[in-house]
Amino acid sequence: MRTTTVVVGAGQSGLAMSRCLSERSIDHVVLERNEVANSWRRERWDSLRLLTPNWQCRLPGHAYSGDDPDGFMSAPEVVDFITEYAKLIDAPVMSGTTVSSVRCADQGYLVLTDQGEWHCATVVLASGAFNVPSVPTFAGAVPPQVTTMTPMEYRNPSQLSDGAVMVVGASATGVQIAAEIRRSGREVVLAVGEHVRGPRLYRDRDIHWWMEAAGVLDERYNEVDDIVRARRVPSMQLAGSQERATFDLNALTSIGVNLVGRLAGINDGRTQFSGSLRNKCELADLKLGRLLNTIDEWATANGLDDSVPPPHRFEPTAVDSSPRLDLDLKGGEIETIIWATGFRPDYSWLDVAVLDGKGMVRHDGGVVESPGMYLIGLPFLRRRKSSFIDGARADAEDLIRELTSYLDRHASVRG
Amino acid sequence: MTATDTPVNNGVNVEALLGARGALTEAPEAAKFQWRATCEWQNGTHSRSTVEGFFGLGEEQNHRTKYSFDADHPEIFASEDNGATPVEYVLVALASCLTAGVAAVAQNREIQLNSVSATIEGGMDVRGILGVDSDVRNGFSDIRVTYKIDADATPDDIKALVAQSQKRSAVYDIITNPTNVSVEVG
Repeated sequence: MRTTTVVVGAGQSGLAMSRCLSERSIDHVVLERNEVANSWRRERWDSLRLLTPNWQCRLPGHAYSGDDPDGFMSAPEVVDFITEYAKLIDAPVMSGTTVSSVRCADQGYLVLTDQGEWHCATVVLASGAFNVPSVPTFAGAVPPQVTTMTPMEYRNPSQLSDGAVMVVGASATGVQIAAEIRRSGREVVLAVGEHVRGPRLYRDRDIHWWMEAAGVLDERYNEVDDIVRARRVPSMQLAGSQERATFDLNALTSIGVNLVGRLAGINDGRTQFSGSLRNKCELADLKLGRLLNTIDEWATANGLDDSVPPPHRFEPTAVDSSPRLDLDLKGGEIETIIWATGFRPDYSWLDVAVLDGKGMVRHDGGVVESPGMYLIGLPFLRRRKSSFIDGARADAEDLIRELTSYLDRHASVRG
Repeated sequence: MTATDTPVNNGVNVEALLGARGALTEAPEAAKFQWRATCEWQNGTHSRSTVEGFFGLGEEQNHRTKYSFDADHPEIFASEDNGATPVEYVLVALASCLTAGVAAVAQNREIQLNSVSATIEGGMDVRGILGVDSDVRNGFSDIRVTYKIDADATPDDIKALVAQSQKRSAVYDIITNPTNVSVEVG
């Protein structure tokens, strides 16, 4: 079968691209291993809600129009939102189609699937950024009596034994899971490395409202000092709760979560926590201060100071004078470990030499080294908000220009 | 504050460091360094260590000259006090590493330093090394570093310098994270 563009993955990013392709009458298919919005259906814990408010859920040609603009969608609501979008834009989705290989072929690419082959001039990789949980290499050294799981396996506290839980990692995922398990009555130890602190509300407005208004979310990948680092920074410690609550480390400490340093290793059944907790917290506090400075300057410059409460600063992150440095996993103190240590994409099916030493696709703002190949839906792909739904919109609208211009330059390859 | 055209100069060649970073991203093999010291027992608890050669950028390298360090224990430990104690060398290593980092980060952020001084204290319960109580560790129970920095920058910028310096410091990492150590008799 022939088409001009194959889009791999029917999540928000793949569908946003599909809509942009349709708008330009570019013949394409969207290949989806399961169903539209598959990860949102199967790979998320029960209480998860979007980090971005409903009003910010915008895709090309579509936006949230419900009666709770300041609320946050649950995972099933995200599934509905994306599924409706697929229908609305009449996306040519081929569900239940697993891509087994993408390789270079004459004037384009050959895409092998369990439902047949596709020849195409251009490929859009929209298979997600969070396919496989990243777990530290020393995870295998956890003694057998401790149950371990990743956030993909975690659903809710009721699946855990009653004993204490160690959550490793303090991104949005780690803090949300730690708080929920602590509220279920279990003791929780949270291992904290580099993290990004953020309040849900600042001066009575959502932090995402401020970050969008002040241009922070739109900061471009070629404007930041170190894009390699920026792409690896953990997600801001936010949750989309009904109460619009803040989930920073002080909030966790106040409900009794115990903070320890980054889990640096496991030796003879004992965990080794880094002594750097204070530094990590200070770095995050300073970074939050800089963000709030940017927001306050923007508010003043745009005449908002009379309509919102005055600027203020949050208490520095409270850290024990001597947080514990180790813990005996053989002693029964910890019964469960949850590795909230991040995720990575799975490109095992990508047979084009575009992966770097760390298995990530080499690209310039989503334009992959291999001509006619594009990437979408990764953190800071083109702008700070790239991993959010609204970022899929902006990135798709940029990348469609790149893709059309490529097709125009190679008019003969168009299917 | 007065504006001035004088370029920031903390004596750190940031361009060279950034250039090295770029080059080593392309050639990760050249980034593999090996640092070395040799140590000769003198008498009692007195030893003399020297550093001279090291390996890096794919070949043997040498310091400009050989450096030597006497280590001993103080007289209250019934020693002759011919040099700093080994644990003080650890404090020296941390303080000098962080201070070098402060200067480099300041240069990169175009902050002129006027003076930087640090005091560093490491608490230790010597019942550990004396074997009095096996629950007491041998090493430091805590380390506290206090910086006094005069620079053309805001207090938050100065705090950020010190925080970033810890983030990039080898010795800070060595002290705060575990390292596998093998000691053999040849």
